[in-house]
Amino acid sequence: MTRGHLLRNILRVAFLCLVASFVLAPMVATVLGGFKSNAEIRTNALALPESWNWEFYGSIVADPAFWRYLGNSMLISSVAVVLTLIVGAAAAYVFAQIKFFGSRMLFSYLLLGLMFPFATAILPLFIKVRDVGLLDTWWAVILPQTAFSLSLAILLFRTFFEQLPKELFEAAYIDGCGYVRFFWRFTLPLSAPILATVGVFVFVQSWNNFLLPLVVLNSREVFTWPLGMMQFRGEYVTEWNRTLAFVTLTLVPAIVFFLAAQKYIVAGLTGGAVKG
Amino acid sequence: MATAAASRRLPASERLRRSLGNGRISAILILLPPALILFTLFVILPLGESGYYSFFNWNGYGAPSDFVGLENYQRIAGHSVFHKAVGNTVKIVAISLLIQMPLALLLALMIFRKTPTNAVFRLIFFLPYILAEVAAGLIWSFVFDGNYGVTATIAQSMGVDSFFILADRDWAFVAVMTVIVWKYFGFHMMIYIAALQSVPEDLIEAGRIEGAKRLQIVRYVQIPHIKPAIIVSAFFAIIGALQVFDVIIPLTNGGPSNQTHTIVTYLYTFGLTRLNIGFGSAVGVILFVAAITVAVFYQRFFMKGDKA
Repeated sequence: MTRGHLLRNILRVAFLCLVASFVLAPMVATVLGGFKSNAEIRTNALALPESWNWEFYGSIVADPAFWRYLGNSMLISSVAVVLTLIVGAAAAYVFAQIKFFGSRMLFSYLLLGLMFPFATAILPLFIKVRDVGLLDTWWAVILPQTAFSLSLAILLFRTFFEQLPKELFEAAYIDGCGYVRFFWRFTLPLSAPILATVGVFVFVQSWNNFLLPLVVLNSREVFTWPLGMMQFRGEYVTEWNRTLAFVTLTLVPAIVFFLAAQKYIVAGLTGGAVKG
Repeated sequence: MATAAASRRLPASERLRRSLGNGRISAILILLPPALILFTLFVILPLGESGYYSFFNWNGYGAPSDFVGLENYQRIAGHSVFHKAVGNTVKIVAISLLIQMPLALLLALMIFRKTPTNAVFRLIFFLPYILAEVAAGLIWSFVFDGNYGVTATIAQSMGVDSFFILADRDWAFVAVMTVIVWKYFGFHMMIYIAALQSVPEDLIEAGRIEGAKRLQIVRYVQIPHIKPAIIVSAFFAIIGALQVFDVIIPLTNGGPSNQTHTIVTYLYTFGLTRLNIGFGSAVGVILFVAAITVAVFYQRFFMKGDKA
């Protein structure tokens, strides 16, 4: 290794560490802040706390509202994932497997959702949800979310289904297996990787969604965790330590989930992006 | 395999009869409608209604009856806060293209090779992206808080008066853009890393043997190779800028004095919270047109030859 090489490597690592500290400092300050008194946060926001104060974390963990927020989010996201996978895969299967008049047109129609942001139609969505009496229910979040996830799901599913070996279907067909049964018995089980990728993607989107729940949910019983967190922040405006403890406790599941599903998350994000 | 071969030996008439017969039509009728219904009901219909409502002065109760033509659009066009919101959106696009993407590319070039240290850095840089936007906004509103937050500590240790960047008309949006870069550069970096890993190693090696400098390899081998990824990531940056909402609410809520609105926070604040459904719908239509224009323009000029 030449000296120029070494120098360049040192510069490289120094730069990487600099960016890493820009990324991590706010998060570390958040985690540590949950252990500090407010007076200490004010004078010492970045360093380790003088004494580790578990009170604020403890009070949130002991608060049933906190778990209800997480539970509501978990339920909404899970149902949205299952619905998106089943409904999206079923439609994509038809487009991949069956040629019929108008199929290209219907396919393009279902992809329209990729073209514009969710917020575009948020007001009519609010009106519609209110008029059918779903306001302040989980379905008010689940159904629109599923509908908006369908475009990407159908696009990715169709591409995957088309790559499954055709002989398989012909063989099954000879044995008297129809299209619908084949979809349940063969296509879905064989598509685990793409189901996981899309499922993880939809889950993360739904879990983090803020605008839609903000618009259609009013009462704290049905709040998702982002709404609960903002509510909590509003109640303890000057007590940052409580809010920071709350934020930290919601970061934990996100990071654990990411580490567990990293493969699918990165595949979903970059794969979807690179392939357009 | 044997049965597959058998199916190919079937006479044409038999194959036709089978493909028309049992299952095909019913499969279409069972599997397709759920998606079509959900999508139409919750995506397309609300979109159409946005267009319809935008011609009314309507608070959302009863049927819209006060037809005002293009008045909502005229009011938006003349509203200085909307101009500010559009300007802010353009600023986010600019900062994405000029700071965020070059930073992401630089980092990607540094750590795209698969080594343990690189994996750690990659994970760290990607971390902000996996956080919810609201959480990111809250974390940074703590950082910028001049009374109780990180800013207070820093000001105190330097012995200067504390400052309140989020309450400053001129600087609040700079703070917002800092958060946006922090949150999203890792996403763009990941796209570049995925693309860089697909550049054949012998191409880089060949360049090196011919005496090309590191920068020349970047300039003439790697960047041309990942150009599609760069184009796609720029597209995401622009479309993303049109949708910024979650981050703003905990940070500034659009303030101080409406200086930090984006198109969506504008729609939310002036359309929904005041129940000006017609007015808000008109903003939605404008947002829709902007998104479609970007998509079509982009397809036409940058993604030629790519599949739709």
